[in-house]
Amino acid sequence: MLDQREFIAVAEGLIAGTAAEPELIGSSCRRCATVTFPQQASCPRCTSEEVQERRLQRRGTLWTWTIQCFAPKSPPYAVEPGDDFEPYAVGYVELAGEVRVEARLTEADPARLRIGMPMELTLIPAPGDAGTTTFAFRPVEDDEEVDR
Amino acid sequence: MTGDVAVVGVGMHPFGRHEGVTGLQMAAVAARRALADAGVRWEEVDFAAGGSDAGGNADTSVASLGLTGLPFINVKNGCATGGSALTTAHAMLVSGQADIALVVGFDKHPPGAFNPLPEEWGIGSWYGETGLMLTTQFFAMKIQRYMAEHAITASTLAKVASKAFANGSRNANAWRRKPLSDDEVLASKMVNHPLTQYMFCSPGEGAVALVLARGRRIRELARMPVYLRSVAFRTRRFGSFEVFSPSVAIESAPSPTAEAAAAAFEQAGVAPGDVDVAQVQDTESGAEVMHMAETGLCEHGEQEVLIQSGATTLAGRLPINTDGGCLANGEPIGASGLRQVHEVVLQLRGDAGDRQIPGRRRVGFTQVYGAPGVSACAVLTV
Repeated sequence: MLDQREFIAVAEGLIAGTAAEPELIGSSCRRCATVTFPQQASCPRCTSEEVQERRLQRRGTLWTWTIQCFAPKSPPYAVEPGDDFEPYAVGYVELAGEVRVEARLTEADPARLRIGMPMELTLIPAPGDAGTTTFAFRPVEDDEEVDR
Repeated sequence: MTGDVAVVGVGMHPFGRHEGVTGLQMAAVAARRALADAGVRWEEVDFAAGGSDAGGNADTSVASLGLTGLPFINVKNGCATGGSALTTAHAMLVSGQADIALVVGFDKHPPGAFNPLPEEWGIGSWYGETGLMLTTQFFAMKIQRYMAEHAITASTLAKVASKAFANGSRNANAWRRKPLSDDEVLASKMVNHPLTQYMFCSPGEGAVALVLARGRRIRELARMPVYLRSVAFRTRRFGSFEVFSPSVAIESAPSPTAEAAAAAFEQAGVAPGDVDVAQVQDTESGAEVMHMAETGLCEHGEQEVLIQSGATTLAGRLPINTDGGCLANGEPIGASGLRQVHEVVLQLRGDAGDRQIPGRRRVGFTQVYGAPGVSACAVLTV
């Protein structure tokens, strides 16, 4: 886990908020209300160019997932394949009424992932040694408050 | 009919690994074999279209085939490259701008998963740097969701792969020719849950060419023409779940495959239930399962019973990927779509040898799918 210091995001315009309460930066269409992530300059649904920045909600449910069991090639991955590769989880998290966002998941044990489970946005160190931070979703434990 | 278009010749350079042979050389081999099969001289071909993803520019093969001055359009459309080339040639023939066309697809990829760069697909480099830019992840996540929604089991995924290798063992041009049991498929290394190593195809090498003709030239050339009744090509709509998507809309839309298949069947005046043999994109086992329903060949969820009962095997009522598909042949991106047509032509002619389907063989169907959400479907009949 990261501490409360400021973080350097893996890319500009992707993540806002604080390390404790990060937010993804998406966009929404002024004409048809379609939400996209990352933000983009036009609406993929209605083609309007009248779009505005939108901070996405931090909690959602797991829509689908997989475990990446082999080391990706580099480039594009930030890390050269090596013996120390640890499998990692990837999923799409549905943010109700907004959009389904693809992200790394903090839980890589397939037995502990199930479609429909509640997830919350968090930050993790980005792969590689650039010292940057990327976004991920973590499972929300049963005893955690779901409504803020 | 004068508007008819038919495949009058097919040719292939075997798939697999061919050290010291370039993609363009394989393309020339496939082209010469297709011309020989059709009994057509290269000088008679008045239009060509072709492409590869990583094997070079298709039109430079004229240096080997002969410099006849013909128009030759290069195509680069991911896994749908072959389908796009076929679409182009079909349109040129139907519109009367050519009488005999050559279509060629080939490729030569290094071992291992593809490593596309996000910038070339309109995505920030962060997407690749953080480990999200993998086609294998997409296919795994799509089938993971699909299995939960439609009660498809891992055993069914294994049966798709074991069928592919059984069919591949009967195909001299296939790369993977060793049969594998369901248990061997399931016990192989996990790649991306729920998909194991032998449920995935591998990038490979190979080339396929087709000679197409229209109108009266068809009967002059072919002892048994296979009519190309339709080709339909579609890109993704807003709301469909596609490869390389940092986000997906909650609103859902038909996939490009569903739309291309529906258009191909409608143009051909053929119903999915009329199909006697089909080749669908099987980048991995789950893709074959999902594409069966997206193309309309069965209902969503019906695959579980069909595959478990052997309906999609060579002897079944709906044989699918009879040459072993991508799983047994590997995937040279530019060649895959045309390999499917090559196989349907052999099956409909009755020239498929050890893997010839028994019984009625009148209608064939092909479907390719690729990044970032493109699909091409074709209906062929005799």
